[in-house]
Amino acid sequence: MYKFKYLASIFLASQIFTVQAVEFSGFIGVESLGFLHSPLENTQHQHYFSGVAEFEWYHEWDNGKQSLAFVPFYRYSQHDSRRTHFDIRELTWLKAAQNWEFRLGFRKVFWGVAESQHLVDIINQTDSVENSDTEDKFGQPMLNLAIIQDWGTVDLFILTGFRERSFSGVEGRLRSIPEISLGAAKFEKYGVQKHLAYAIRWAHTLDNLDLGISHFYGTNREPSLIPIISAMGSLQLIPYYEMIHQTGLDLQLTQENWLWKLETMLRSGQGKTFLANTAGLEYTFYNVLDSSIDVGLVTEYLYDSRGNNATSMNEDDILAGIRLAFNDIQSTDILAGILFDRDSQEKLYSIEASRRFGDAWKLQFEARFFSNSKPNDISYFLRQDDHVRFELGYYF
Amino acid sequence: MQKLISICCATLLSFQVWAITPEEQGLQIIQEVDARDTGFNDSSADLNMLLINKSGDSSERTLTIKTLELAGDGDKSLTIFNSPRDIKGTAFLSFTHALKPDDQWLYLPALKRVKRISSANKSGPFLGSEYAFEDLTSFEVARYKYKYLADEIINGIDCYAIEMHPQYAHSGYTKQIAWIDKNRYIVIKIDYYGRQNTLLKTQIFNQYQQYLTKYWRADEQIMSNHQTGKVTKLSWRNYQFGVGLSARDFDQNSLKRAR
Repeated sequence: MYKFKYLASIFLASQIFTVQAVEFSGFIGVESLGFLHSPLENTQHQHYFSGVAEFEWYHEWDNGKQSLAFVPFYRYSQHDSRRTHFDIRELTWLKAAQNWEFRLGFRKVFWGVAESQHLVDIINQTDSVENSDTEDKFGQPMLNLAIIQDWGTVDLFILTGFRERSFSGVEGRLRSIPEISLGAAKFEKYGVQKHLAYAIRWAHTLDNLDLGISHFYGTNREPSLIPIISAMGSLQLIPYYEMIHQTGLDLQLTQENWLWKLETMLRSGQGKTFLANTAGLEYTFYNVLDSSIDVGLVTEYLYDSRGNNATSMNEDDILAGIRLAFNDIQSTDILAGILFDRDSQEKLYSIEASRRFGDAWKLQFEARFFSNSKPNDISYFLRQDDHVRFELGYYF
Repeated sequence: MQKLISICCATLLSFQVWAITPEEQGLQIIQEVDARDTGFNDSSADLNMLLINKSGDSSERTLTIKTLELAGDGDKSLTIFNSPRDIKGTAFLSFTHALKPDDQWLYLPALKRVKRISSANKSGPFLGSEYAFEDLTSFEVARYKYKYLADEIINGIDCYAIEMHPQYAHSGYTKQIAWIDKNRYIVIKIDYYGRQNTLLKTQIFNQYQQYLTKYWRADEQIMSNHQTGKVTKLSWRNYQFGVGLSARDFDQNSLKRAR
């Protein structure tokens, strides 16, 4: 009996050891990105094939209180050399204790609650060649200490190393005319000041209210675009990165089938101080008509106090969207929406859908259509760029 | 005379004890089930879900579920998805309450985003399975009203049949009938009824094991949907009790690094 127990404990220990070995996972995929209309410039193409891979190595020890994660990412794109890119999405050491967590390395941090845009989310630079929805981010090198108390969690960040935003190249679509010159980016500060940024955030849950208050100081993640005439006499667009202070508030009230959301941000340092908001709600009907389908209705109002001078397209816009979750074995999901500019009447239509095939394959579909943009709208550049994207991924 | 009175009194008293209503008796039995399963503090287990459709095709999900028992409130639980691989790393944090709405958060690893989600979705399918969210949340006595129906033998086990009426909002059931093992006070079988008293689903609990000489857990649970012919089979592995988990292991910080 004792011998059996002894053997059993060896078996258990070996099990635990296996569990603590390096975990490997990830996905590889192929993408088809097709445009419905002929491009504005003849350097651009109608269709782009692309391949993507993201791997994760994860190892934890010290009873899960310490871990190391490494997530490299690579996309190869036909034609657009700027979309062919490599990034370290994550390379982080984590140490967790009862009242704090410390993280060191490259990683991604998300703040916010809204669906249409992410105003408060500022830690990472946007990987805008990956997808125009601004939800893909570059890994940000940082030191992060989270202090965990009954009155909430305070996260302190020192962000070490500024990364420029990516933009489509001369052969790519979904870009300005002319394309944005990358090598020539200008900064308000150079050297250490350009590279170091600081952030703090307090987040807490009070019954059915989740809220966060944050402040960021450092080089802006969102550049202003400056038109200049080059020595050759041609027009160029240069990204200009100011030093900014940005204070953010995000909150969500969750009440039965309702989600009430607010994100608000005050930024100084990029021109005149301005305020931007996203306020909205989401109502979900669960298991409609005795099926297992959930139908969610989403609406948000997007505001920017700079009005037509805003660097974003969303200065006085309304999002109306519908989310369908089929809750089937293949986890079929559809999200469709219209973003409507109240002032200029321009519209963006968007549909996203995904479905799993078998246990390891997933097909994602995305279509975006731009309509009614006027010559003085930022989106005027995108008037020919209605597109349909498929990505088939294998997950392991 | 005095003797007669005392006999009468005793008879009356015992009659009163015996004349407990079916509702009271049902509640007493469930309270005993609950009392016998109290005090483990925390547990962790791996779950394999096998989803089988009418034509026999199957699909598998693997998860880890951690639970923290709370006195005076519902349990806290953390569910970590391991497969299918496209949802690997997704994690679900739930604070159950007896009658007020549960608090629930979902962590989406691709976006590194924690989303507070509505807990009004009680009757929806969990991961496309025949289990609804409400079938998998921790059991709280106050969530139902009870009525003892009869003594019945199920698979050779002497059971109490208890009718249960959900008292929480958004349930997909009008009633459930649970068969409780008279000897061990554990659930052997549950029938789930929808509107017009239609039998929707049946769950059976197999291969019970006892842990820490007290807590019974079924290694296998099978949910059959009588409307669609679909079946979901749960297989539990690596049950551990008293792992030393605390409320800190069930907060949003832990949710973001759950594995």
